[in-house]
Amino acid sequence: MTTPPTEQEVRGLSLTGYLHCLRGIVWREALRFLQQRERFIAALVRPLVWLFIFAAGFRSVLGVSIIPPYETYVLYEVYVTPGLVAMIQLFNGMQSSLSMVYDREMGNMRTLLVSPFPRWFLLTSKLMAGVAVSLLQVAVFLAITWFWEVEPPLWGYLAVIPALILSGLMLGALGMLLSSGIKQLENFAGIMNFVIFPMFFASSALYPLWRMKETSPLLYEICLLNPFTYVVELIRFALYGQLNLEALAVVAGFTILFLGGAIFAYNPSKGLIARRGGPGGK
Amino acid sequence: MKTALKMLAAGKFLAAASLTASLGFAPSAEAYTVYISNEKDNTISIIDSTTLEVTDTIAVGQRPRGILLTNDGKYLLICASDDDTVQVFDVETKQVVRELPSGPDPELFVLHPSGNPLYIANEDDNLVTVVDIVDNKVLAEIPVGVEPEGMGISPDGKVLVNTSETTNMAHFIDTETNEIFDNLLVDSRPRFAEFNKDGEKLWVTSEIGGTVAVIDAKTRKMITKISFEVPGVQPEAIQPVGLRVTKDGSRAFVALGPSNRVAVINGETHEVEKYLLVGQRVWQLAFTPDEKMLFTSNGVSNDISVIDTEKLRVIKSIGVGRFPWGVAISQE
Repeated sequence: MTTPPTEQEVRGLSLTGYLHCLRGIVWREALRFLQQRERFIAALVRPLVWLFIFAAGFRSVLGVSIIPPYETYVLYEVYVTPGLVAMIQLFNGMQSSLSMVYDREMGNMRTLLVSPFPRWFLLTSKLMAGVAVSLLQVAVFLAITWFWEVEPPLWGYLAVIPALILSGLMLGALGMLLSSGIKQLENFAGIMNFVIFPMFFASSALYPLWRMKETSPLLYEICLLNPFTYVVELIRFALYGQLNLEALAVVAGFTILFLGGAIFAYNPSKGLIARRGGPGGK
Repeated sequence: MKTALKMLAAGKFLAAASLTASLGFAPSAEAYTVYISNEKDNTISIIDSTTLEVTDTIAVGQRPRGILLTNDGKYLLICASDDDTVQVFDVETKQVVRELPSGPDPELFVLHPSGNPLYIANEDDNLVTVVDIVDNKVLAEIPVGVEPEGMGISPDGKVLVNTSETTNMAHFIDTETNEIFDNLLVDSRPRFAEFNKDGEKLWVTSEIGGTVAVIDAKTRKMITKISFEVPGVQPEAIQPVGLRVTKDGSRAFVALGPSNRVAVINGETHEVEKYLLVGQRVWQLAFTPDEKMLFTSNGVSNDISVIDTEKLRVIKSIGVGRFPWGVAISQE
């Protein structure tokens, strides 16, 4: 008596097949990354400008309060670094979703989505490729900040890696979800302005939340509802070898939400793409 | 729903703070006891150097400022300025056991290297009072400049240096005769004097002048004057007060008052190597006996900061009473 073949066996999808597919997607992203060295430099210049110029003018902004995970008074450069790391990942997440809009316009997306592998796997692989790129950017940024006397404990650099993977996934998934609703590349600039800047400014990236609270209780609550705040705090705590469970739960929750949304939206028959009249928006 | 959201919001970061586990370690393996005098609270805070936590807070006399441990480590001497006395605090029983006749308004003092007598600066009376701490009596009163404060004694115990805040002088006193034998003009409002362990150099900080004078202890001539510049800090906020030199003389640490920085000075070249950010209005400093940590009292932010002297990094700030002033650390 023979057991009926599973769906995977019918479609010929083995673990090696999955890995092969993952490698293909990551490799394509790596090639794209290598071809666009300006993109890498731009991703670094942005946070460095904030660090060297903006932070220099705000050295005394933190006042007297010591907030966890810090155990003593810190200079503004030290405070703002985790926020800038999250900014790198935010831009990276949006950038890789920008590339998905491009892929859709050029038709590459169709090639990807007709692959026999499940859609969730294809999209997650694409996200992982984006996260890998952001990790590289963050590593170089943190190395530079080390010379700027931002010196977290050495094991903090290890502890921050899982936090960065999770936050990278969340921000990438958000970008992917947004990209599914965009018809053309031109519209994306608007989304950048409406998503990136509010998310970044209304968070704990630039100022501690107690300071926001002093200025405006409403703004404080907005910051608390902003998932990006939890991305920043997750990274900040991890960089000092500590786990902020609340931030972890929020970031993990939003990752699942955004990723689920993106998988749904990229379903050619059900999602937003279908309602918009298929890939390419024609 | 809205209230629930607000409650959630308010509790959020507190919860986050309490759920985190710290993995920091104090650089000293030895456990020392750190004593801090809280000028406004009239208390002494006791801190364990391994856990870096306040273990006890004990009420003492009015306005405790300068503190030091006797050579045998059994007693902590406390300048209770508004009680016009020096209190003798038993570190075992944690009680004030007796008082020394100090003269009015004692602020800072120094113990002879042999452990007795005690030299006390009486700010209001322009005197240095010499007190025998065993027999509980005043041995001599030495008239000095106006508002005496800083007290330093040479390692051989022969030369006592007192600085007077208004006269702007370092007075050199012969401890045999209890008389001034030389004076040196320094910058405005000198507050603290400390000799190198080899007795070659004397360091005097000037609060208003914003400088540290390095003086040849033998010739009593100025070797150099160190000034400070902290990026982003107004020059007038740089007010050097407490100062400590390592035993080998390789480094000096200076508390720079309202600039909230401790300056690290190279003991050979007298160049400033680094500024470390600590709490507000950093006042006095003390090393652990192994010199791996330096404790600072931060008067306005009501805390102390702990500096890792090898890595030159501030590792922690610990809340104590109001207006922490003096720091003393047990030898074992």
